Amino acid sequence: MNVSDWLALQVAALLTLGIVSFLYKDNPIYKICESIFLGVSAGYWFTVLFWENMVPKLYENISQAGSRPYTEAGVPSLLYVVALILGIMMLLRLFPKLGWMSRWPLSVVVGATAGLWFITYMQSNALSQLRATLLPILDFQAMDAATGTGLSGWFNKYLGNLVILVGTSTGLCYFYFSKEHKGVFGGLARVGIYFLMVTFGASFGYTVMSRMSLLLGRIDFMISEWWPSLFSGWS
Amino acid sequence: MFERLLALDRRWIFLFVAVALTIPFFLGLSCKSYVSPEVKALYAALEELRPNSKVIVSFDYDPASEPELNPMADAFMKYAFHHRLKLICIGLWPQGPLEVDRCFNRVLADPEIQKLNPVYGVDYVNLGFQSGNEFAIQGMGASIYNVFPNDMRGTATSQIPIMMDVRDFSNVDFVFNLSAGYPGTVEWVQVAVDRYGVTLGAGNTAVQAPLVYPYLGSGQLKGLLGGMKGGAEFEALSGHTGKATKFMVSQTFAHLVVILFIVMGNVAYFAAKRKGGRA
Repeated sequence: MNVSDWLALQVAALLTLGIVSFLYKDNPIYKICESIFLGVSAGYWFTVLFWENMVPKLYENISQAGSRPYTEAGVPSLLYVVALILGIMMLLRLFPKLGWMSRWPLSVVVGATAGLWFITYMQSNALSQLRATLLPILDFQAMDAATGTGLSGWFNKYLGNLVILVGTSTGLCYFYFSKEHKGVFGGLARVGIYFLMVTFGASFGYTVMSRMSLLLGRIDFMISEWWPSLFSGWS
Repeated sequence: MFERLLALDRRWIFLFVAVALTIPFFLGLSCKSYVSPEVKALYAALEELRPNSKVIVSFDYDPASEPELNPMADAFMKYAFHHRLKLICIGLWPQGPLEVDRCFNRVLADPEIQKLNPVYGVDYVNLGFQSGNEFAIQGMGASIYNVFPNDMRGTATSQIPIMMDVRDFSNVDFVFNLSAGYPGTVEWVQVAVDRYGVTLGAGNTAVQAPLVYPYLGSGQLKGLLGGMKGGAEFEALSGHTGKATKFMVSQTFAHLVVILFIVMGNVAYFAAKRKGGRA
């Protein structure tokens, strides 16, 4: 291991311990590590965006527009001038008197995003999910085709579709607020709450696993990489 | 006693969890992973790919999510090299291309992979980062060359052997997305799958996995590796055992500690309530 790698390991270990020290209580070392993290992240993002987007896509396309009027995808190179102008207009927010001009590029972003999202959400999150909920409850042929073995296989085959139907219907009842949640409707909404609670519980379980994984990654680093480096030194 | 338990300083819980996660490192234990249907489905979809199939691997995560997603990335790359799949790696997160390089460094250090002699530009490529989130995916549907004009080494994408006949999604056989948030699997489903008919599999952080399960049920997603457990299951199926399998022992210990504290907390809560104390 060379000196720079060895030093990088020591810095990484110090920053790890500094961040973890927050679990004991807030302290200045944690604040320093947090600030370093934010600064490095912002610097990294800026550098990558500049060299991988602005230079190859904006600067090169505009500067070579004379010799190469179209990009390889057939887009007019000079079209990027429009993007440049909109980008500059966005930055005019920094000047109070000219700040109103930033609304134009913002309106382009909002309009394009809304247009794309309207279609994608309707297709992916509404229609496809609706189709996936319309399942046969008594279609034994489809049930036999369901996968899985043991108890979970039996559940998939004979109860899976029914649970999806009941869960979706009662969940929708809970989120229907134009009718008071009383009587039979109130009962259905209550079943919907139970389904939601199970969902949140499963989600919480996954979150716990995720956080443990992150800590495990750091513990593994400290045990497998940093600790041996203290004794091996550098060459 | 129950009041004392309810007032337990949370730092004790942190300590117990840290100890539970650390001890298995020194015990050399292993645990068997039950392979879930969503991981089997992903594996089955990959098994259908023929040698030389073009696979886009989108590294949409940063170092913060490495412990969960790196084992998946490593196992997937090893599987792909062994099955002669052509890997086109990209990143919709700025740190993505860096993760691609680090992953290749780890995987190519494996003697088994070195025997296969994968060549950059022919068997795999790193096209770098592109901003624009879902708009970048949308753009790839029209022209990958336009969205990624050069690879990370500055070579024009259209001149790279692996990319010469890959102009858009219609020339791609499979997309595997490693995702830790936005943009990630949700955007790949919404744009690449539902608009361009791409076949998609994903590996997600455990936090994000519940959000994409509905896409699995509807068939929009072919298979899913959820968190470290998903990674361990894929390692078991593919035979490339790595860190996910090793870490699952620590995960199990830590989960037992958490369950123990939840049970103790509930017992103390209801006992204190019956006594009329603090609750």
